[in-house]
Amino acid sequence: MGHVDQNLSRRQFVVAGLSAAGGLMLGVSFPNIASAMPLSTAPWSNDAVAANEINAWIVIDPDETITIRIPHAEMGQGAGTANPMLVAEELECDWAKIKGEFASPNRNVRENNVYKDQNTVGSRGVATSWQYLQQAGASARARLVQAAANQWKVPATECVAENGAVLHKASNRNLTYGKLAAEAAKIKLDKEPEIKKPGEFKLLGKPLPRLDTPVKVNGSAKFGIDSKVDGMVYAAITTGQAVGAKVVSVDDSAIRGKRGIIKVVRLDDAVAVVADNTWRAQEALNALKITWDQGAAKGTDSAQMKKFYRDGLSEQLVDVRKDGDAAGALAKAGKVIEATYEVPHLAHAPMEPLNATVKLADDRLDVWLGTQSALSTLQQAAQVSGLKQEQVFVHNAYLGGGFGRRSRNDEMRHAILVAKDVGKPVKLTWDRPQDLRGDRYRPQAAVRFRASLATDGKIAALETKFAVGSINRSTGRPLENGMEGQAHDGLSNQGYKIPDFHVAGVLKNTHLPVSFWRSVGGSQNCFFFESFIDELAYAAGKDPLEFRRAMLDRKDFLAVINKLEEVSNWKQKIPSGSGRGRGIAITLNHGSVVGHVAEVTVDNQNRVRVDKVFVAVDCYNVVNPKIIEAQMESGAIYGLTAALYGEISVKNGEIQERNFDTYRMLTMAEAPRIEVHLTPTGGTTQNGQPRWGGIGECGTAPIAPALTNAIFAATGKRVRELPLKNVKLAEIASL
Amino acid sequence: MAVTLKVNGQTHTLDIEPEMPLLWALRDEMGLTGTKFGCGIAQCGACTVHIGGVAMRSCSVPVAAAAGKDIVTIEGLASADGKLHPVQAAWIAEDVPQCGYCQSGQIMAAAALLKDKPNPTDEDINGITNICRCGTYVRIRRAIHRAATNRT
Repeated sequence: MGHVDQNLSRRQFVVAGLSAAGGLMLGVSFPNIASAMPLSTAPWSNDAVAANEINAWIVIDPDETITIRIPHAEMGQGAGTANPMLVAEELECDWAKIKGEFASPNRNVRENNVYKDQNTVGSRGVATSWQYLQQAGASARARLVQAAANQWKVPATECVAENGAVLHKASNRNLTYGKLAAEAAKIKLDKEPEIKKPGEFKLLGKPLPRLDTPVKVNGSAKFGIDSKVDGMVYAAITTGQAVGAKVVSVDDSAIRGKRGIIKVVRLDDAVAVVADNTWRAQEALNALKITWDQGAAKGTDSAQMKKFYRDGLSEQLVDVRKDGDAAGALAKAGKVIEATYEVPHLAHAPMEPLNATVKLADDRLDVWLGTQSALSTLQQAAQVSGLKQEQVFVHNAYLGGGFGRRSRNDEMRHAILVAKDVGKPVKLTWDRPQDLRGDRYRPQAAVRFRASLATDGKIAALETKFAVGSINRSTGRPLENGMEGQAHDGLSNQGYKIPDFHVAGVLKNTHLPVSFWRSVGGSQNCFFFESFIDELAYAAGKDPLEFRRAMLDRKDFLAVINKLEEVSNWKQKIPSGSGRGRGIAITLNHGSVVGHVAEVTVDNQNRVRVDKVFVAVDCYNVVNPKIIEAQMESGAIYGLTAALYGEISVKNGEIQERNFDTYRMLTMAEAPRIEVHLTPTGGTTQNGQPRWGGIGECGTAPIAPALTNAIFAATGKRVRELPLKNVKLAEIASL
Repeated sequence: MAVTLKVNGQTHTLDIEPEMPLLWALRDEMGLTGTKFGCGIAQCGACTVHIGGVAMRSCSVPVAAAAGKDIVTIEGLASADGKLHPVQAAWIAEDVPQCGYCQSGQIMAAAALLKDKPNPTDEDINGITNICRCGTYVRIRRAIHRAATNRT
């Protein structure tokens, strides 16, 4: 019986410190750069135009404080620090005077999308924002310079901006930004200034401390769940244990006369209890007798779903990549290597259960919550409430984790409906069971590979068939030719040279809604693909790292794989029969190349312990290496948790996992040591712009195959389905 | 029923049910929202506070059981003059928090550990079972060692 050792002992700890980011010093302070002001406890904008704005992004007060508007949400991934760094790089200001503030989504509506889409999804906090953030800073700087030049009646070209002031060296004059801001705000530039390129950066690339740390160590940071509004009541809600169920009847006899209960609100798809305290609402909700019509969930279970996706592999498939003639090559091949892989649905389970506080008036709606997509949340709120977008004010708090869950606000929709019903401001809080049954899950999937090897031991032909839940279909987005990119991200777009390569698949949905889950397609496809690559390496009689490297020619992949080889001491083999093993996986995900080497120990009772994980990542250019390092640690733990334990299962139509006792999380004792190395190769995109890879998600993808490849190295047992808790290692034959 | 709770040195007399979990008395009745709700069944530790000097999961402690005892929450961990607890200072030095939601509980758990074991081993630190979904465990471990070093 293979299970994960939950009582680990003797974990060595090394203070990994200084070399952890590929030689970059990761000190707390940095020479000549004093820390910026911490973000405030309630970091959202007051939605008004400030008195001393240079533009919508930047306010410079007479006391030289510089407020920078942050378009993206802060959910731990570091946008709250990285976004201000991008602006400040161009502004030539004193980092110590910087104060971050979340950009107002209401203003974004009023001012013609001045803050762009605000979507904090797809690892885009830097990757799609760098240009307009740098431009906002550069534009402000140029206008400050022009304002000083006007005042001195000298050409702007004779003036320079430096450390929060404009200097005219010829006459030894200077004016601080605070004194120039009012005039600068009136200046219109003939032409926007050019922004800096990598190589010219002074601030970007430095491991500056996060701006949100101080308020997160003393309990003062306001998450959505901490909101309080005068006259507010508290709501608990259930949508029923069967996903998509409809309310048939509610018997509230058990809670009549109970203290603090204000109302039972029956919605079409949910029942809420409103009370004067969250606990009273939760207790009363649990005491209700609710009859549900399970609808599409009726009679479903996990075994059916597994078959549903396996069967998909034999259905009509859509081609997504066809190089050469894989079918022809396989038909002629002497030996065909074949394997089928499967993964279940997963929940996001952010630490902060979803919640929303709403205050609804005839002509104004205020919402306090944590959302990954403040602007679309506002649009959704307008739609649900019937108000105009200009009348909706979304106050985006710190997010207690997002991972893809907080970009669709089911909690807010219900909160608005409940507030309408009770006529008071409402704070609606999901409990953990509601979080697990009310999620929009990572899709379930199955994949079948067939491959042959060339005489030189490289892959000659690879045929990949996949069946997976469609996120687009589930979230109301269009498909293209019956397909969507994320379904095969990680299967069709990796670095290996494969002459005859065919990838085809089918999108199939159950009644469970599916959505984006950290690393998205990579969360399942990297496990499938990099496991099978490992199978082929074994079949070819090659070292798994060498086998991969021989088929790679891209600089980014090679930088990562070479770094992993070096830091993991790959060439020094772990003796067979020691119960220890080392596995590698490497992938391109969300615009970055990332690889893991996992070291595991499998004991004689088949208990698996992950001892150490080496991470190498190439995101090309770097805003803040310290945040990248943290995101790599985070991604590995998030992915490892799923690989070991993650599974949402269905029985008699009902979601079986109800809390962290049944939807298990990795804990400190199980957390491996993690060593992160950055291998930024710089470079530009096809249109000549600097290349910025995403960072928030990619680190989740490779850990599952690195783990299972390491288990194979230790035991000769190939794991072809997740989570590992369900895998009986003793019953898998060793190769 | 009147319940008297001594929280961060202040006495609060509340008219609440004796079985109300301390978590909800802190959050909804006293407005001390630094202590977080994560699971409600003492699994995740986001609600960890000190009761009589012991780290406890306040979602599963009825107020009746905490009445009369010294309760310390994250808001009361720093000293009265505002000086951060060594654990908080170490958390800043290591930039531990990501989303930050579990960190009040992590810090309270670490502070209690260091009180009992001023120089904890890695094995001792493994005894902290608070969940962090962002996976800050590597940094938590480092910060606890740092706090231990800074205290001695």
